[in-house]
Amino acid sequence: MKISAFHLMPHRDLPDNFEEEYHSVWVDPPFWDLATPEQVSKYYNWTLDELVHAAKSGFDGICVNEHHQNAYGFMPGPNVMGGALALATRGLDVACVQMGATLPTTNPPIRIAEEYAMLDCISEGRLVAGMPLGTAMDANMAYGITPIEQRERYYEAHDLILKAWESREPFAFNGKYTQLPMVNVWPRPIQNPRPPIWVPGMGSLSTWEFAANNNHCYCFLSYFGHAQGKAVMDSYWQFLEEKEIEQNPYRVGFLQLVAVSETDEQAEKDYAEHVKYFYNKGLHIAPEFTPPGHQDYRSLENNLRRQLKGQANAREGIKNWSYKDYVDKQFVISGGPSSVVEQLENLIDSLHVGNLMVLMQIGSMPHELTMKNIDLFTNDVLPHIQDRWSDKYENNWWPERLRTKQPSSELTAVGGAE
Amino acid sequence: MSEPKEQTLEVWGNKVETKVLTKGSGPPLVFLHGAMGLTWDPFLEQLSESFTVYAPYLPGTAPGLPDAIKPIDNLWDLVLVYYEIFDKLNLEKPGVVGHSFGGMLAAELAATNPERVAKLVLMNPIGLWLDENPVKNWMTTSQLELGPLIFSDPTGPAAQLMATPPADPEEGIQMALRTTWSLACTGKFVWPIPDKGLKKRLHRISSPTLLLWGEDDGIVPPVYADEFASSIEDTAIQIIPKAGHLPQLEQLEPVVSVTNKFLTS
Repeated sequence: MKISAFHLMPHRDLPDNFEEEYHSVWVDPPFWDLATPEQVSKYYNWTLDELVHAAKSGFDGICVNEHHQNAYGFMPGPNVMGGALALATRGLDVACVQMGATLPTTNPPIRIAEEYAMLDCISEGRLVAGMPLGTAMDANMAYGITPIEQRERYYEAHDLILKAWESREPFAFNGKYTQLPMVNVWPRPIQNPRPPIWVPGMGSLSTWEFAANNNHCYCFLSYFGHAQGKAVMDSYWQFLEEKEIEQNPYRVGFLQLVAVSETDEQAEKDYAEHVKYFYNKGLHIAPEFTPPGHQDYRSLENNLRRQLKGQANAREGIKNWSYKDYVDKQFVISGGPSSVVEQLENLIDSLHVGNLMVLMQIGSMPHELTMKNIDLFTNDVLPHIQDRWSDKYENNWWPERLRTKQPSSELTAVGGAE
Repeated sequence: MSEPKEQTLEVWGNKVETKVLTKGSGPPLVFLHGAMGLTWDPFLEQLSESFTVYAPYLPGTAPGLPDAIKPIDNLWDLVLVYYEIFDKLNLEKPGVVGHSFGGMLAAELAATNPERVAKLVLMNPIGLWLDENPVKNWMTTSQLELGPLIFSDPTGPAAQLMATPPADPEEGIQMALRTTWSLACTGKFVWPIPDKGLKKRLHRISSPTLLLWGEDDGIVPPVYADEFASSIEDTAIQIIPKAGHLPQLEQLEPVVSVTNKFLTS
């Protein structure tokens, strides 16, 4: 099992009436109404401190991602964060999981080949190269990419980046979206021929095919928890089985919100308001900011049929959910350590997942509470789940020099964890 | 009214297949549909009483052929594809009526090769951009907000008709699929700002041109009519009162009458 701490770098102090007064958390929230640069400076530094603390406390990896014009997460330059994190975690056996720089919006895309190679060099071979397609809000709205071209741009950029890393000789690249007379990237990644590649997805068949055909790790980044995510993950495993691809759990990743406290009761006291903030304010996204064409024709038809059956939007009706609803439905795994361990074991078995990303800082969660969550998770939860799968499967989707890391359960076996 | 004839054409080195609806007799008239796709409506029906109306689907938007958009990369490709459609239909120099997105396309066709268009009717066309009066981004406007922008009377019969989903759920899916995919395909040539340089090319248009505009268009306000007219040599402007972005739906009779008069004069 490889377990990484994921961070969105959200605005932690949106007004109580945010979802009533403002149109959307993404694309058009007015910055000067809602934030100050000084406040944001504090958030960035908290975010970096929290991820570094997670790394030092025993997580296998730390994750950042890319969003634009978004109050629930605004790291427009994930590699800026990655550079700081790679340096701050020097000497630790911790992967820098960039989930990552968005391919269709980076022009020319060899910028990503260059920056990821830099990060791999600075981190001394600890990079996981996330390759996101990008959301409609980021790619179409904030960065102006033509919706119907976004996926094709993604495939082309992916091919260019891999060729740029792997080619021994300079080459000319004659793409539809990128033409370059002489590609000769400096530097090259330490990992040879390239870092492991993770492809974040939301369950579309096109992305499954892409990840499987290229032998990349497919990561289902859902905010709706493993119970909701199971249908998608089951279908993906079935899809791989039909293609006769090995059912290695490290072939997939999953994102889960996790909140640990001393007891189940204390967890509710600590985290209830932050969980509600996350779903009610953080995911207050205007649907019209996903313009026609962002979904390909097949996915569009699937979605229209799912809407008809009333199973379109997992968020429908959650406005009035209580903390208990979120936990019961496993949108959030929360509670005292033993309860969280049990829930995570269920998740791991149920999804057959080897690369788990956990969101430790949720919505408005303040810095001190986030540090507490990280401490309790790494002390009392992580050791119980970290060595799952490791005796049976090889994680080919992890930086090679970190694959043999000792599970912390062995390190802390004497005296126990609880 | 009887159904128009539907024919399938192959163009672009046989890489693009699309369909054309045809009806009527008389001089040839091409209709280029807007971003929401092609529907054979009473406007086309009435035009077909005086003209042979050819209404091609923008490749990709014809039922059953969603991938036909793929081989067409840009506006230049698209203009050439439409000349090839003209050729397949044996249309040397037809009249062309274009609505909204189709208006922009019609203007591009008339500007690129003025020999291919006899007369030009641009109904609430997109294609130009004024910072002080930006074109509303119809691809990112919610259904709720769209009504008052498109219609002069958002509670009138035309608006009601559009807001009423089909009774059969499967038909509803097909309709949503067609509309959304039409927006996606047309969006390929205009996203994110519907100004792809037409302003520089308008002066090449030599055909007599009618700018027909719904007075209350909230997508492309009528101020754009003057902007088009200032660059085209032979133009007339006809503002249609009590109509929005779809004047042919809200004010059918006056729009048909003005169009007929212009095309036959």
